[in-house]
Amino acid sequence: MEYVIEMLNITKEFPGIIANDDITLQVRKGEIHALLGENGAGKSTLMSVLFGLYISEKGKIKVRGNEVKIHNPNDANDLGIGMVHQHFKLVHNFTVLENIVLGVETVRGGFLIMDDARAKIVNLSKQYNLRIEPDAIIEDISVGMQQRVEILKMLYRENDILIFDEPTAVLTPQEIDELMKIMKRLVEEGKSIIFITHKLNEIKAVADRVSVLRKGKYIGTVDVANTSKEEMSEMMVGRKVIFEIAKGEANIGDNVLTVRNLSINSKVHGKSAVHNVSFDLRKGEILCVAGIEGNGQSELIYALTGLLPVDGGEIYYKGEDITHKPIRYRNSHGISHIPEDRHKHGLVLDYTLSENLVLQTYFLNEFQNKGFINFKSRLTNAKKMIEQYDIRSGEGPITLVRSMSGGNQQKAIVAREVEKDPDVIIAVQPTRGLDVGAIEYIHNQLIKQRDMGRAVLLISLELSEVLGVSDRILVMYEGEIVGEVDPKEVTQQELGLYMSGSKRGAGYERKETSE
Amino acid sequence: MNVKKLLSNRSFKSASASVFAILFGLLIGYIILLISNPAQATRGFIIILNGGFNGGLRGVGNMLHNAMPIILTGLSVGFAFKTGLFNIGASGQFILGAFTAIYIGVKWTFLPSGTLWIVAIIGAMIAGALWGGIAGVLKAFRNVNEVITSIMLNYIGMYLVNFLVVSTVFDLTRNQSISPRAAYLPTGGMNILFPLSSANIGIIIAIVVAIIMYIVLEKTTFGFELKAVGYNREASRYAGINEKKSIILSMMIAGALAGLGGGLLYLSNTGKHIEVVDILASEGFNGIPVALLGLSNPIGIIFSGLFVGHMNMGGFYMQRLRFVPEVIDIMIAIIIYFSALSLAFKSFIENLSRKLGGRTK
Repeated sequence: MEYVIEMLNITKEFPGIIANDDITLQVRKGEIHALLGENGAGKSTLMSVLFGLYISEKGKIKVRGNEVKIHNPNDANDLGIGMVHQHFKLVHNFTVLENIVLGVETVRGGFLIMDDARAKIVNLSKQYNLRIEPDAIIEDISVGMQQRVEILKMLYRENDILIFDEPTAVLTPQEIDELMKIMKRLVEEGKSIIFITHKLNEIKAVADRVSVLRKGKYIGTVDVANTSKEEMSEMMVGRKVIFEIAKGEANIGDNVLTVRNLSINSKVHGKSAVHNVSFDLRKGEILCVAGIEGNGQSELIYALTGLLPVDGGEIYYKGEDITHKPIRYRNSHGISHIPEDRHKHGLVLDYTLSENLVLQTYFLNEFQNKGFINFKSRLTNAKKMIEQYDIRSGEGPITLVRSMSGGNQQKAIVAREVEKDPDVIIAVQPTRGLDVGAIEYIHNQLIKQRDMGRAVLLISLELSEVLGVSDRILVMYEGEIVGEVDPKEVTQQELGLYMSGSKRGAGYERKETSE
Repeated sequence: MNVKKLLSNRSFKSASASVFAILFGLLIGYIILLISNPAQATRGFIIILNGGFNGGLRGVGNMLHNAMPIILTGLSVGFAFKTGLFNIGASGQFILGAFTAIYIGVKWTFLPSGTLWIVAIIGAMIAGALWGGIAGVLKAFRNVNEVITSIMLNYIGMYLVNFLVVSTVFDLTRNQSISPRAAYLPTGGMNILFPLSSANIGIIIAIVVAIIMYIVLEKTTFGFELKAVGYNREASRYAGINEKKSIILSMMIAGALAGLGGGLLYLSNTGKHIEVVDILASEGFNGIPVALLGLSNPIGIIFSGLFVGHMNMGGFYMQRLRFVPEVIDIMIAIIIYFSALSLAFKSFIENLSRKLGGRTK
C-alpha cells in the first residue's frame, strides 16, 4: 500500500510535558484520514510537526516514500502540504482573490497581474464546486465561504495533501454537509486529506480510516466502516462514554424568569441586537436558546444578568421587576451565570482558586469579619468545593487559576455558580472548548440542577448539545426569536433552517415594520 | 532540601529577582566609576555601599529622612499598580499635598500647636486624594487612560501650586513659600536616636502607613475588590463589584499617599520650601523606581525606599572624592532596567529550582 505521508515514531516534548510520545501516522494516497483525540491529546502538535511549525526530537517523516526534513511551513508547502487552520488566516479587508494569491502573486515588470490568477481560481472553484465571489471583501462573506477561500488557497498552491484542523466548529449544519461533499470531491480528484476532529458523526460520514491519540500517545488506527462510534470514543477517552444523555422527564413548575418585549440597541450597527424578545423560563426545565453565533444571544444574556442596560421591555424574576437592578442584586438573589467567556468574565486568572470560588460571596459574613477576610473559612470553602466538584489543580486552593486546564477552570465556575443555591442558572456555551469527559460532567450537572427544581437557561451553538440536553428550544435569528421547537420532534436539519433564518415557527412570523 | 523549599517559595522568587537586579546595577555602577576615575573608583564604590553610614548616626538619620518621601510616593505608585493602574501623577499629587500642608501650617495658627501639624498632613492627604481622584473619575467614566491624565495633572498641579504659593503664602524676598513654623513635625524621638540629623516622626508615619497599606491590600475585602478590578475589570463587574467606584478609590488612595509624602517633607524643619520654579517635584517620579524595586508590595517598598535613600546618601558623601552624585542616578536607573527584566530573573530562578528539584528526586 502506498503511503503519501508517513510520520514514524514522532516524539515532541515541551518543558514538563511530552506532547507526542512515539506517535506513528500513516496516510494513504487518496483517503480521508481522520485524526481523533480529546483536547490536549497531541493532535495539533503532531500536525504542527508535519507543517513545520515545530521540529520533533525523535522520529522521521516520509512524504511519498522519501524521507524529508520539514523546518518551516514553506518546506511543507514545497512538499505539497497545505493546512486550513481552525482560526482562518485571512486578511479581512482584502478581496477573496487577493487573499488566495497572497504570497504567490504573479508579477510582471513590477506590476501585479491578476488576470491569470483569476482565471485559474475560477477554474478551480468550478472543478471542485467551491462557490466563491472573487471580488467580495473577506469580512463581508459568510464563515462557510471564508473556509472555501482557505481551501482554494491550498489548491491554488497545488497542494495535494490537505490538513483540515477542526473545520466544522464554526459552521451551520447545512454548511457542514456542504463541506463534507467538498472533502469527498477533493479526494475523488486525487487529493489526500487529514481531518482533525473530535466529532464522531463527521468521521463516520466522510473518513476512510481514523487514527486515535490519547494523552500524547498513539492508540491505534482503524477502518471507519468496521468501527462503531462507541468503539472509537472508547479509544479516544479510554473508557466507555454514554452518548445518550440520560435524563428523565422534566418536572415543570412555576415561572421564575419572565422576559417581555426585551430590546437592546446594537453597539455595532444601527439595528437592534435584541428585538422584542419575550419568553418564560419555568422551574425544573432546561430551556435552550439556539442560534448561530452573533445573533443577539450574548446581548440577551448580558441584559438578563445586568451587564448591559436594557433599551426596552421588562425582565421579571419571581414576579419582581429586575429590569434595572444592579448585577450584585441579581447574582446574590438566586440568578447564577456561567458566562460565555470564562477568561473575560468568569474568572480573575491571576487570583487563586480559593479566591475565585468566593468571587461573588467574599463580602458575606461567612467569609469576612468587619471587612477583614476570613482566610480560614475561605480555605474550608475551597476544599469543600474542590472535593465535591472534582476540581483538579496543581496546588489545590492556592493554585493560580491561570495555570489550570480549561475543563477545570469551567468546573470551578460551575461549582461556584451552583453552590450559591440559585433558582435560575444561565449557562452560556458551557462546554465550549472542553473535552468529552468534561462535557459529560457539565451536561450531567445541568440535568441534576434541573431535577432539583432549578430553572436552567442554556445558550449553545452545538446542535447535539441543544438537542440532547434541553427540554424546550427557542431559536434566535438576527436578534429575534424565530421559533419554539420540541427537541424530541425537531431534526438537526430543520433546526438549521430556523437558525439560518430560512424558516419561522407559528406565532413567530415576521412582523411588518410599520412601527 | 531547605534550599529547594526556599527556592520554590513565591515571594522569595520575587524578592530574589530584585536582589539580582541590585547586584547587577552595582556592578555596572562600579564599572562607570572605573571609567570616570580609575584611581578613586574602589574608594568611591565603598562610600556608595556605606551610604548613610559614612556619616555615622547622623548620616543614618538623614538617610531615613531622605527615604521618607520616596517610600510614600513609592507606595502611591505601588498601590495603584496592585490595583491595575499606572499612577504617573504622584509628582502633582505630592506638590499639592505639600502646598496644602504649608498653607494650613501658615494660615491656621488659631489651632493649638500640638494639633496643627496633624490637621496639616490630613489636609495634604485630602488634596492629594482629590488630585488623584480626577484621573480616577476620567478613567472610570470615560475610559481615559490614567497615564495621560496624570502626566497632564502633574503640570497643571505644578503651575497651580506656583500660582497659589505666590498669591497666599509667598516669601517675596526669597521667591519661595513661607516657613510653616507652627506646624513643624515633632521629632518623635528620632533626635535622640540620630542626633543632629533631619529625621523626624515622618519616617515612622511612612512605615506605619506602609504596613496599613499592606493590610488593606492583603487582608481586607476592600483590597480584594480593588485588586480584582485591577486584574480583570470585566470579571469584577460580572461578580457584582462596582468597578467604577473601585478605580476612583484606588486613584484617590494613591493620591492621598503621595500628598502625605509632600506634606511630611515640607513640614520638616529642614529648610525645605516650595520654590516658585517650573520644575516638577522629583520625589513623585522617584516613587516609580521605588515601587518597581519593591515589586509593588508595601513591605517591599519600605526596604526599596530605604535602599534608594541609602544610595542617595552614598552619592552625597562620594562628592568628597570629586565624583558627581549623578553617578548614583545612573546606578539606580540601571537597577531599574534590571528589575524590569525581573521576569527573566524569575524564570532563571525557577529553572534553577527545577534543576535542583530534579536532582534530589
